[in-house]
Amino acid sequence: MKRFAALIDRLIYTRSRNTKLALIVDYLRHTADPDRGWAIAALTESLDFPAVKAGTVRALLATRVDEELFRLSRHFVGDTAETAALLWPESNPVRGEERLSPAKARLEPPAAALRDAPSTSSGAPQDKRISISVAEAVDALSAATRSDAPAIVASLLDRLDADGRYALLKLALGGMRVGVSARLAKQAFAQAFEVPVDDVEELWHAIPPPYAPLFAWGEGRAERPDLADVAFFRPFMLAHPLEGESVDLADYAAEWKWDGIRVQIVRGGSETRIYSRGGEEIGGAFPELVAAFDQDAVIDGELLVRGEVQGGPESQGGAASFNALQQRLGRKNVSKKMLADYPAFVRVYDLLAVDGNDLRNLPWTERRRQLEAFVLRLADSHFDLSQVIDAKDFDDLAERRAGARDAAIEGVMLKRRDAPYVAGRRAGLWYKWKRDPLTADCVMMYAQRGNGRRASFYSDYTFGCWSDAGELLPVGKAYSGFTDEELKWLDKFVRDNTLNRFGPVREVEKSLVLEVAFDSIHASKRHKSGLAMRFPRIARIRRDKPAEEADRIATLQAMVT
Amino acid sequence: MAKAKSWLEPHPGGLYVKPADLWIDPSRPVERAAVTHGHADHARSGHGAVFATAETLAIMALRYGVDAAASHNQAFEYGDGFERGGVRFSFHPAGHVLGSAQILMEYRGERIVITGDYKRRPDPTCAPFEVVPCDIFITEATFGLPVFRHPPTEDEIAKLIGAVRAEPDRAVLVGAYALGKAQRVIAELRAAGWDAPIYIHGALEKMCQLYAVHGVDLGDLRFVGEADKAEMAGQIVLAPPSALNDRWSRRLPDPVTAMASGWMRVRQRARQRMVELPLVISDHADWDELTTTIAEVNPKESWITHGSEEGLLRWCELHQRKARALHLVGRDLEEEA
Repeated sequence: MKRFAALIDRLIYTRSRNTKLALIVDYLRHTADPDRGWAIAALTESLDFPAVKAGTVRALLATRVDEELFRLSRHFVGDTAETAALLWPESNPVRGEERLSPAKARLEPPAAALRDAPSTSSGAPQDKRISISVAEAVDALSAATRSDAPAIVASLLDRLDADGRYALLKLALGGMRVGVSARLAKQAFAQAFEVPVDDVEELWHAIPPPYAPLFAWGEGRAERPDLADVAFFRPFMLAHPLEGESVDLADYAAEWKWDGIRVQIVRGGSETRIYSRGGEEIGGAFPELVAAFDQDAVIDGELLVRGEVQGGPESQGGAASFNALQQRLGRKNVSKKMLADYPAFVRVYDLLAVDGNDLRNLPWTERRRQLEAFVLRLADSHFDLSQVIDAKDFDDLAERRAGARDAAIEGVMLKRRDAPYVAGRRAGLWYKWKRDPLTADCVMMYAQRGNGRRASFYSDYTFGCWSDAGELLPVGKAYSGFTDEELKWLDKFVRDNTLNRFGPVREVEKSLVLEVAFDSIHASKRHKSGLAMRFPRIARIRRDKPAEEADRIATLQAMVT
Repeated sequence: MAKAKSWLEPHPGGLYVKPADLWIDPSRPVERAAVTHGHADHARSGHGAVFATAETLAIMALRYGVDAAASHNQAFEYGDGFERGGVRFSFHPAGHVLGSAQILMEYRGERIVITGDYKRRPDPTCAPFEVVPCDIFITEATFGLPVFRHPPTEDEIAKLIGAVRAEPDRAVLVGAYALGKAQRVIAELRAAGWDAPIYIHGALEKMCQLYAVHGVDLGDLRFVGEADKAEMAGQIVLAPPSALNDRWSRRLPDPVTAMASGWMRVRQRARQRMVELPLVISDHADWDELTTTIAEVNPKESWITHGSEEGLLRWCELHQRKARALHLVGRDLEEEA
């Protein structure tokens, strides 16, 4: 637990993704099974102990610490797990042992404690307390029932120091918030054992924590695990942007690029899973799609909500804006009202496997042929086919793409007809040809410092446009699009023109015009301007333009989709 | 015996000792002030006469141009004091920063101690806290919640040295309050065997010199402003907390941001300040020190000033000790803890 606690602490304070990656790589290389597997599962929020909840911990604390002192402390610290970790009365190991109930004694054959120890080379003084391994903690928490959970958690806490208690409680309650996505974990695994990340992606979701066969394979101790009858994730095939080139439509097929989220739906064994781009399982938020996908197959498609913003009226397969889809993302419980108000469906792009056959090595044309037949097996209430654009030639396609503005479609996808379905971005196979971004001239209003390398720079800018009443209202926030030189200039501008400071935020003189590019703009109740931009970035700094001549809110409203 | 309430009046702006017509740590200029220590929230400029330890007066001279040599200001050694209006005042070590003192007041058979800020653990830069028996104990409560238990200082120093050695291409920039914390971190590093030059922000220069004059050896100190970027790789740099993420830090080689403060115990606090290496090093008593001290001093009554009064008040209640909270204003708890 000591190493795991140290890892969590480093991750909490580290903002750089590369450093986080290096920390996890080091941990995976130098920690034994099954601790490392459980640890990585905990970091990616893949564990759940139904018997142990925040209420359990609060009730337990009440037996050891005055309730009023707990309340005051919780109020100050702001997090139950951390408060409990800090408040838990220290006990020496001997007393801790005595307090163990017989049921828990099996957790800790003293020799097992050494499993966690060999790696403490940091020079920190060795704690005399008998430590517990992550695996022992997981075993104990998994075995807990509602009635004995408090005693089990107490016996674990008694044998840990404050950092260890924090790690244990975060492990037990979830909500780790250390910025480690499943994607990052998989990359770390690939890097730690020098195996292709595509293989790790495929295997990851097929093997439950603590991933012992995965580590065995990674370390070359075993064959690649067999994935028959498992709903595992296949890494997505991705596209390069098409910039200034043109392609021959004899070689490439064109499809609309819809503005939803890319998903893969997999049925394997008796299970259906929906994976997002990063390989996160999101089926829980879309139970109607999980239920409707009843075929032994793997599809690639765009998750959308029915509406009339993209691709015409609802009756003709139209989809709502990305905003509508966002209402459905990340929900644990999906109400009937949600299902009715935001009906989700998938526009299918590709077929990766069907009836036990992997189609990924077939050319696109053959996969497409099979897909067109396959789609008929799915309920048309929840699945439809992404149409191939019937353009005469590239110029014709360009014309249609330009016209797609009204349809709020993101742009066009170009797929090489003879290409297999391969993981990642491969040169020349798939292109995304986004329509040109929209732009608006906005005025910088606030600036905030960035993170990591940008911690000393004001690099996040909130900007606004003029209301009819002549008031500047925020319309968005951007932190990219400028060069390093421009960033230095912007930082200096912020410092030289500060009007007010609110913590990390500075209000600036409303004098600098920024040309902001964005993919689309939507109505939003969250902002006073009633608008929200999608993918805003700074296109140009318009030092030449007076702030009064920046765009009006009304102009932006006319662009709303 | 006199009743304390008849001769010592707590006001939001400080404690007023009526028979002596004198304020203790007043937050605004007064005619006569006794000052526990040199931090800005206790020592202010503009008083008519100041009574303090010699070190505190020297610090006030440095910071506010108080004329330490002027006849109306009086400097005292620990254990010494003065009498005024029938009240006997004396200064006793508080272990907080150089010159910090508890002030004992004796009047008609009643003894009151005001701690100012204090801590109990060893500090190579100042005299250790002394338990002074009294009837009324007026204690600070900066860390008056049981979540605050500072780890051993040597562990935190070892963590700092470990971080420097782990990344020889980067500097470790430690945010430390300019009076007390900075010198203590340097002295603790020296005690741990760190002989390399330590680089300091210009704002720390004069206070470090003052400490050296008062016999606290800080070793080889160099100014960041006069150093090459490259030479600071693998070295320790100290700056006031306000300089941590500011433009100033760009002159350092890819600095790891550290901060030495008792608040670093709480992870969210450290994250809010964008700290990568939190060091729980405090010049204030933690929860155990606060409660142990009350038990050792064993006063008839405890008055609790600035900080988490409610937490310490609750502890007194649970331990059948008479206590009340004084609500003083102008105490800045964030920066120097």
